[in-house]
Amino acid sequence: MDSDTIAAIATAVGEASIAVIRVSGSCALGVVDRIFRGRVSLEQAPSHTVWHGWIVRLDSGQHIDEVLVTVMKAPRSYTTEDVVEIGCHGGTQAVQAILLELLRAGARLAEPGEFTKRAFLGGRVDLAQAEGVMELIGAQTVAGKDAALRQVEGSLTKLIKALRQNIVELMAHIEVTIDYPEHDVEEATSELIKDGVTRLSRELRDLIATAASGRVLKTGIRTVIVGRPNVGKSSLLNQLARAERAIVTDIPGTTRDIVEEGIQIAGVPLRVSDTAGIRETTDVVERLGVMRSRQAIKDADLLLIVIDASEALEEEDEELLALVSSLPAIVVLNKMDLPPRIGLEEISQHVALERIVQYSVFRPELLRDLEQAILRVVFGGELQPRDATFLANARHLSLLEQASVSLQQVLESLDMGVTLDVLAVDLRQAWVTLGEIIGETPREDLLDQIFSQFCLGK
Amino acid sequence: MSYHAGEYDVIVIGAGHAGSEAALAAARLGSKTLLLTINLDTIAFMPCNPSIGGPAKGIVVREIDALGGQMALTTDLTYIQMRLLNTGKGPAVQALRAQSDKALYGRVMKETIENQENLTLRQGMVERIVANGGKVAGVVTQTGAQYFAKAVVLTTGTYLRGRIIIGDVSYQSGPNGQLPSMRLTDSLIDLGFSLTRFKTGTPPRVNRNSICFDHLAAQPGDPEPRHFSFRDDVAPRDQMDCWLTYTTEDTHGIIGENLHRAPMFSGDIEGRGPRYCPSIEDKVVRFRDRPAHQVFLEPEGRNTAEWYVQGLSTSLPEDVQVQMLRTIPGLERVEMLRPGYAIEYDAMLPTQLWPTLETKMVSGLFTAGQINGTSGYEEAAGQGIMAGINAAMHALNREPVVLHRSDAYIGVMIDDLVTKGTSEPYRLLTSRAEYRLLLRNDNADERLMDIGHRIGLLPNERYDRFLAKREGVEAEKRRLRSVRVQPSQLEEVFSDRGIAMPSAAVTLEQLLKRPEIDYTLLNQMFPSGETVSDEVSQQVEIDTKYEGYVTRQTQEINKQKKLEELRLPADIEFSAIAGLSNESKEKLAQVKPMNVGQASRIEGVSPADISVLLIWLEARSRRRAANG
Ligand SMILES: Cc1cc2nc3c(=O)[nH]c(=O)nc-3n(C[C@H](O)[C@H](O)[C@H](O)COP(=O)(O)OP(=O)(O)OC[C@H]3O[C@@H](n4cnc5c(N)ncnc54)[C@H](O)[C@@H]3O)c2cc1C
Ligand SMILES: Nc1nc2c(ncn2[C@@H]2O[C@H](COP(=O)(O)OP(=O)(O)OP(=O)(O)O)[C@@H](O)[C@H]2O)c(=O)[nH]1
Ligand SMILES: [Mg+2]
Repeated sequence: MDSDTIAAIATAVGEASIAVIRVSGSCALGVVDRIFRGRVSLEQAPSHTVWHGWIVRLDSGQHIDEVLVTVMKAPRSYTTEDVVEIGCHGGTQAVQAILLELLRAGARLAEPGEFTKRAFLGGRVDLAQAEGVMELIGAQTVAGKDAALRQVEGSLTKLIKALRQNIVELMAHIEVTIDYPEHDVEEATSELIKDGVTRLSRELRDLIATAASGRVLKTGIRTVIVGRPNVGKSSLLNQLARAERAIVTDIPGTTRDIVEEGIQIAGVPLRVSDTAGIRETTDVVERLGVMRSRQAIKDADLLLIVIDASEALEEEDEELLALVSSLPAIVVLNKMDLPPRIGLEEISQHVALERIVQYSVFRPELLRDLEQAILRVVFGGELQPRDATFLANARHLSLLEQASVSLQQVLESLDMGVTLDVLAVDLRQAWVTLGEIIGETPREDLLDQIFSQFCLGK
Repeated sequence: MSYHAGEYDVIVIGAGHAGSEAALAAARLGSKTLLLTINLDTIAFMPCNPSIGGPAKGIVVREIDALGGQMALTTDLTYIQMRLLNTGKGPAVQALRAQSDKALYGRVMKETIENQENLTLRQGMVERIVANGGKVAGVVTQTGAQYFAKAVVLTTGTYLRGRIIIGDVSYQSGPNGQLPSMRLTDSLIDLGFSLTRFKTGTPPRVNRNSICFDHLAAQPGDPEPRHFSFRDDVAPRDQMDCWLTYTTEDTHGIIGENLHRAPMFSGDIEGRGPRYCPSIEDKVVRFRDRPAHQVFLEPEGRNTAEWYVQGLSTSLPEDVQVQMLRTIPGLERVEMLRPGYAIEYDAMLPTQLWPTLETKMVSGLFTAGQINGTSGYEEAAGQGIMAGINAAMHALNREPVVLHRSDAYIGVMIDDLVTKGTSEPYRLLTSRAEYRLLLRNDNADERLMDIGHRIGLLPNERYDRFLAKREGVEAEKRRLRSVRVQPSQLEEVFSDRGIAMPSAAVTLEQLLKRPEIDYTLLNQMFPSGETVSDEVSQQVEIDTKYEGYVTRQTQEINKQKKLEELRLPADIEFSAIAGLSNESKEKLAQVKPMNVGQASRIEGVSPADISVLLIWLEARSRRRAANG
């Protein structure tokens, strides 16, 4: 169905030692082949084999990282399409660089839930999982255009909007020349288009240079688990990470330093920190831990405030709940398996209901509720990652480059004396591609532009 | 008093451009057809510009011809000027435009209708559409005639509750003093339809004998006129010139002084007018610093002194119109024959239609033309032929025909209308088509004749002519691919013309792909043994030069077609599908897309919504499989 090739980081983004990037689609093998140097071409490799080699830059052939590549051919793969998994060194630099190269080679960044969607459409995963994906995609729909916009830093958005406006003016000029051949508007001549596109092309290249040098992939949404001692923070981290990362005991004050773990929820990378329980204490080491916890709260993009529902609310709980007004947060009402001493009503005085998750680490089926709640915040609009660039960067860069190629094509065509109807195709492509970065789709804009810019009529 | 007046397969209401094509198509497909219209003297009448074709529109005329329709041939038999536009701007946007002899056009169309087998023509004003249990049953006229039919096509143009406005004067009327259709709107509302109010306008007409042409520029037709219809048997006709002049500061002054009397500004017009056809008062207000606007003077026919003043559409008072005209060079002493006017009318919201142009609410009832919110003769005719085809298909119990956006401008237009609706009178522009390089003037036959012939609308002899052309094109392409030439064979011609030499042997096809080499030059250097017709060589040249772009667009189309093949069940409850945004639930429920492809083009429906629909469809089919 979706035959285009998608790519995403399949492991948690973070400082883990190994990361896996997954590529799926009818051209997955070909796309990876363009940037993989090993003993074989992957198109020729048998299914379910692993190959050692290097990922290189598409343009210069320069080595980026040493990798192990696994080939799984359709239909014997998760998505039932051709799938390539690239195991590379962990660390954000290498991962981002490889991802960018994949996008340059013809893949596009997977949407949240897209691998599962394809698996389902291919007849793999079961209904329940698919329904989860539908909800997730739904959350993203709600965010829609804003989400796309938010990923882009304000100044970049402005520049792109200005570029697009210039392009659409030029397009309108061409369209009027075509659709109103006898009108006394100045014709969109080759010189006129050439001047315009040359200037735009230069501006776009400058933009690419800034974007490429200035930013690196950030490591995901900083998510901080906070709460009083012994409420179950470390247990929660372990559950989200699906691994025993933090020590859990029934002794309050177990966690003394911040424990960090990269995870992904449906393709969205989060950097989750477990912190020392917050309380007044005389223990020097623990006090330092509490200080770090408070610092972590300040740096957080998203807070998970854990409250022990089997105990009455304490001053520290109230103090944490008060943070909700200033930061995106989810309240995890933990230990609901025990007789509760705090009701929903009490918490909902501080926090909107959809921000509260009733929880128990002994009921793992509730984990999905929590993950969905997190995704709702992520896609629902209020989350403003401080560096606003997670994952998005590679995508933006590759789209900027594609737009630049389209403009370049216009210039080449002009030199070869190609006619307006063809020039219009590449110009429009540049405009559409730039629009994708900021979540704008074409449609009526062009017509609006034509009729406001030119005086037409019978 | 009403009486039983007859039974038909298909009844077409209105003999404008939509109705004429609809009735002819239905009858030619073998259904017993009745064409009812208010006035037999105004069949296929052009209430505005005496011109047919132009960018996008001219291609629609070719498409109608390729399907087996009439507009192209009637134009070829009656034009007084023919031009191929956009010749320097690339083959994808070239289009023919004809100045028509208005009266003759209508007469030829009337004769064609009168002589068409299976088709009955009758004068009558339809007042009511009768439907039973959601199915159309027939129509009732003002004089009490009751006609019954399996399908009804409604093409009432600008007649529904028409109101003409000239300055501070307004009265109920159809276009050009015709009777308006006052009662039918209520019948449509009773059936449950939503209507809107649109407006359009036309310029004054003047007497040619009072025009002074001395300082005006003539606009002649092409020395070798082409024709719209894909045939060999239409003869070129004598042509007449059009003339170009301009408004002046004085014109704008008079308009400025009288703006308070212009209904568009005094608020007397509620209908929504098209942005692309502003009145002269609109233009002068919106583009204040333009010192002059173009005005074309165009004959309305060979046997009349009545001329059309293009560029001067207006609803200013009659006395102001005369003053204004006389400020224009060449028109200093002009006699105005008819004033310009604005007209308001009822139109249907086209999202109430399936892509077959059948209404969703009343099975067997189809609508086409200006009543669907479009403007323009070609737009009307393009819908008319499709509505006529599908009404006949409905009556004959055959599969409906829907053209894709990649098949035809007609497909683009109908898809836009039924998927997005329109908030102003809709006009086709080439920029509305995403596959413009494929929807060309030269290849309308290639795109549509298979369909026209398959359904039985395009006669065998015309299809055979096309097959011969297609074979000619293939043969010539084969030759170009197989003949290789050495650089030495090119040296002389290339160095003469400063063309860069290839380094090794190349095929003729490769040479033709180069922008500096056209087919004529290539054929001079390496002639084909056979005679290659212009039609064939043109096709070969365009196909070859455009190949890269065409392949790219074809890939996109194929992807889109896969979505198009995924049908959405008619009883689907979008509000119950988790994961769709509320906005798109609403839009989807309103438009009721036939398939996922159409859903993807609804405004406000995002790619994520489409993913949700795909998953929902798959889940549904799995549940069904599980339940046996
Ligand atoms: C003043 C004016 C200005 C225009 N300006 C432009 C323009 O600038 N550009 C442009 O592209 N197009 C313009 N048009 C539009 C163009 O004329 C129409 O789009 C085109 O003619 C529509 O074709 P149609 O078949 O839908 O309707 P019409 O050609 O209007 O035909 C309608 C037919 O229906 C018949 N009819 C109506 N009601 C009934 C009934 N109850 N019973 C029986 N028969 C009925 C009428 O007699 C008529 O034959 C203008 C039209 C007008 C009137
Ligand atoms: N009954 C019940 N016990 C829980 C739940 N969650 C955690 N616990 C228990 O509570 C105790 C504390 O858990 P931790 O995860 O270490 O708590 P913490 O918040 O990290 O504690 P500190 O690191 O000391 O701040 C352990 O004994 C857990 O098994 C729960 O949902 N229900
Ligand atoms: Mg702990």
